[in-house]
Amino acid sequence: MTDERVPAELRVEALEQLLVERGLVDSSVMDKYIAMYETDIGPMNGARVVARAWTDPGYRERLLGEGTAAVAELGFKGPQGEHIVVLENTPRVHNVVVCTLCSCYPWPLLGLPPSWYKDPAYRSRMVREPRAVLAEMGLRLPDDVEVQVWDSSSEVRYFVLPMRPAGTEGLSEEQLVPLVTRDAMVGVAQVTA
Amino acid sequence: MTLPIRLDVDTPAAPPRSNGELVFAEPWESRAFAMAVVAGEAGAFAWEDFRQALIARIAAKPDARYYLSWLEALEQVLAVEGEVRERAARLAARPAGHDHMID
Repeated sequence: MTDERVPAELRVEALEQLLVERGLVDSSVMDKYIAMYETDIGPMNGARVVARAWTDPGYRERLLGEGTAAVAELGFKGPQGEHIVVLENTPRVHNVVVCTLCSCYPWPLLGLPPSWYKDPAYRSRMVREPRAVLAEMGLRLPDDVEVQVWDSSSEVRYFVLPMRPAGTEGLSEEQLVPLVTRDAMVGVAQVTA
Repeated sequence: MTLPIRLDVDTPAAPPRSNGELVFAEPWESRAFAMAVVAGEAGAFAWEDFRQALIARIAAKPDARYYLSWLEALEQVLAVEGEVRERAARLAARPAGHDHMID
């Protein structure tokens, strides 16, 4: 049993004291992790992977065949980054990722999940009525596009390779990176030029 | 710890920051997050045990704040619920003005 009346911030402080005393955590290492996840990594790593796949057919094949290894080629690995499976969006098939049980998410590629990803409504409704949820999030898909919903877990973390937008044929890999959004790599949006 | 490469922040190659929204609502959430990662990497518990505890918490209280479930799951796998509660109560009793100190 835990006491709901004790503010969470005091519980966290108490727990941190305890773990520091036991030598299980180092507060400065925690600070580094927090900074890393808040500023250094995040959707930007995933955007680099996507831009590389769009411009290098060999990399695209390796990425779709062996996601974790291909992602590690670019230096992206770490906790929650094991077992990455990449799903390619096409004009016929749109992939979208959810974690129905909790909030499994490919941290090294996308950082920490946004609040809506952890929302009970998103987690349950995306499976039952993906088109409606996508439309609410601003993505209306033509009826002839098949929507596939993928449930991430500790065994498999899914990552969506969005379609390269029309009109970007002349752009370099570096120029493509800023176009790629987190939402597109979760599958709740498309990349626009 | 496995540090990913540092990314550009102010060159044309810098990825969009509008896309990298803040992920923690309050500082304690980020502390709870990092504590689990660091203690987990140190071998204080099996990450899968923590994950299962988190799943169970979320299932039991689907509308609870995410990082509160996270914190409770962490306390559970470390078997420190009682100790944390006692210590938090002591912290709550600190004189005014010292309630933000970590040590």
